[in-house]
Amino acid sequence: MNSYLLEVKNLKKYFFIRGGVFWKEVGKVYAVDDVSFYVKEGETLGLVGESGCGKTTLGRVINYLYKPTYGVIKFTNIDLIKLKHNDLQNLRHNIQMIFQDPYESLNPRHTVEYILEEPFLIHKTFIKERKLKILDLLDKVGLPKNSLKRYPHEFSGGQRQRIGIARALALNPKLIICDEPVSALDVSIQSQIINLLLELQESLNLTYIFIAHDLSIVKHISDRVAVMYLGKIVELTDSKIIYSNPVHPYTKALISAIPIPDPSKKYNKIILKGEPPSSSNPPKGCRFHTRCPYVIDICKIKEPELIDINDNIEIEHLAACHRSQEIISGKI
Amino acid sequence: MGKDYILEIKGLVTSFNTESGRINAVEDITFKLKKGKSLGLVGESGCGKSVTALSILRLIPKPAGNINSGEVLFKNNDLLKINPDEMHKIRGSKIAMIFQEPMTALNPVHKIGKQITEMLDLHKPEMTKNEKNKKALDLLNKVGIPDPERRLNEYPHQLSGGIRQRVMIAMALSCDPEVLIADEPTTALDVTIQAQILDLIKVLQKENNMSIIFITHDLGVIAQMCEDVVVMYAGKIAEIAPVTELFKNPMHPYTKGLLESIPKLDNIPKTKLNTIKGVVPALNELPKGCRFQNRCPYVMDICKNDPPVFIVKNNHKASCFLLQGKFRNE
Repeated sequence: MNSYLLEVKNLKKYFFIRGGVFWKEVGKVYAVDDVSFYVKEGETLGLVGESGCGKTTLGRVINYLYKPTYGVIKFTNIDLIKLKHNDLQNLRHNIQMIFQDPYESLNPRHTVEYILEEPFLIHKTFIKERKLKILDLLDKVGLPKNSLKRYPHEFSGGQRQRIGIARALALNPKLIICDEPVSALDVSIQSQIINLLLELQESLNLTYIFIAHDLSIVKHISDRVAVMYLGKIVELTDSKIIYSNPVHPYTKALISAIPIPDPSKKYNKIILKGEPPSSSNPPKGCRFHTRCPYVIDICKIKEPELIDINDNIEIEHLAACHRSQEIISGKI
Repeated sequence: MGKDYILEIKGLVTSFNTESGRINAVEDITFKLKKGKSLGLVGESGCGKSVTALSILRLIPKPAGNINSGEVLFKNNDLLKINPDEMHKIRGSKIAMIFQEPMTALNPVHKIGKQITEMLDLHKPEMTKNEKNKKALDLLNKVGIPDPERRLNEYPHQLSGGIRQRVMIAMALSCDPEVLIADEPTTALDVTIQAQILDLIKVLQKENNMSIIFITHDLGVIAQMCEDVVVMYAGKIAEIAPVTELFKNPMHPYTKGLLESIPKLDNIPKTKLNTIKGVVPALNELPKGCRFQNRCPYVMDICKNDPPVFIVKNNHKASCFLLQGKFRNE
C-alpha cells in the first residue's frame, strides 16, 4: 500500500446547463474532466492554469464542497465518496480551505473571536480550553491578542488573510487547500503571507494544495506543480523541472509569458493565438490543439494520455502531448 | 520643457474631502514623459498612481476632489489652466486612457461599434457615418480581433476579457492620440492573454510613435515595457530612474524592499522571502516626515523631517536621507 495523504483518481465534475420550459439538461460544463494525482504528506502541490481551467472547482471537489460527478477521492486511504454523511463529517475537519478574497470570505457581522470559534461549533468539538486555543491561533498567524473583539472591516487585507488562515488551522487539519490566497494582496504583503504559510507548514507538518495563476509564486512554494488546461492536467512534475524543462507546449507558453522583473532579460516569448475555448464545448482530441504551435493531424483526433515521459525513474514527469518525445529530443 | 519631452508634470497636489478631513492623495508629483517612450508608474494600492493619471486628464470627481496646485504641461500648454471646452478637445483625442477593468469600463447597453464611433462623433464630426464605421472596423482589425464585422454588432457581455481589453485599446486609439495612459491594462487578464496585450501595445506604440504612461503594480511588466520608472509610495514619489538603473541600483529602501520581496524564478523554492514589515499607512494617519519610516529597516532620527530629493545620477533621483552626504540635493 502506498502512503499518500490524498489520492485522486479519474475525478470528474460536470455542471449541467439547464434551460427550456421543462428545465431539461441542454449541455454540460466539463469543469474537471478525468483528473488523477496524489499528494504526499508534508508536501505542497501547486495547481496552475488560466481562469476557467477548473483549478478552483478541483479544489472544492476535493474539499467536498461540490459532490464529484465521477471518480475516487482517497484521503488517508479512505474513499470519501463511499462514506456515509456522519463519517464524512468526522473526516472533513482534516481538510480545510483558505479562500481567495479576504474581503468576502469573512462574515462582516461576526467578531474575529466568533469567526475562529465557528469551526469548533460546526464540528461539535467542545474542548474546554477553546478560548486558549483561539488565542494560540492568533499567535500562530501573528495577530495581536486584542483582535478578538474586533470585526473584519477593522483589519487590512493582509491581516484578514491571516484571520482566514487561523480559521483554517483551528481544527488541526492535515491538508489545507489554498485557493489563490495572495492574489488579492499587494506585493509587499504577499511575501509576508507566503512566509507565514511556509513557517506553518514546517512547524505543523501541513500538506498544501496551492492554487494560483501566478507562476513565480507557485514555483516558490511548491514541491510539485500540476498545470491544468480546460479541466485536464496537461503536465505534472517536480517544480524545478517544470520551470527549467517544460515539455507540454502549453506549459512552455505559460512559463515564457511570465513577466520577469529584470529589464536586461531577453524575452523569447511564445505568444499563443486566440483564447481558451469554452469548457462547455471543449475541442475534440487534444484540448490545446486550437492554440498549439506544434499541432499535427493526430492532435485533432486522438486525446493524448498523461504519461510518464522521464527515463529517470526517481522523478516522475507526467505530460499529455503526442509530440512530447520530439520536444524532449529538441526536434521541434 | 525640452524638445524630447511631450508631457511634464510639476508639483502636482490633488486632495479629497473625506470624513476625517481633507487629505492629499498625491503630493508634489513631478516627472517628465519622453516623446515616443514609455514611463511606468509603480506602487501599491492607495499610493496615488491612478489619481495622478486622472489629474492629468482632469477627471478627478468634483466636488469631493480637487487639484490644489501644480502644472500639467502638454506641449508647453498647461492643461490645468485651459478652459473646459479646450480640455474636451484634448481628452480622448490627444491624450487617451485605457482603464483597468474592461468589464466595467464599457457600456453594457451599447454595441461595440457604437461605442467606438462615439469617440469619432465627438472628436471628428467632419467624418461621414460610413467613414466612421470603416474606421471602427480598421481599428478592430488593428488590435487583432478575429472576425471584426461580427464583433461590431455585439454587446460587451458577449466578449471575453481579452477581447474587451482589445476593444478598449481600439477606442483609445481611435483618434490617434499622442499620449496614452494605460491604467493597469492587464491586471484583470490571464498570463497568456497579458502577453498578447503587452505585445500589441508595444507594436502599436512603434507604429504611431505614441508616448505611454503605464500604471501597474507588477514590476515584471514594468521591466518589460518601460524606459523610465516612477516609484510611488503613499502619495509621494520615492524614486525616479531609467529602468535598467532602477533594477540594478535601487536607492530608496522601499524600492529595494519591493524588488527583494517578489519571488523570482531562479530562487530556491521554499526559502523565506524578504519582506517589508507592516502595512501601508492610511493617508489620514501618515507619520510626520518620511512616509516610509514605520516600515523602513534603516530608519533614523532625521527621518522625522521631510526627506529632500537627491540626484544620484542623470535622471536618477531618490528621496531618502540615507543618500545625504553622498549625493547632491536637487
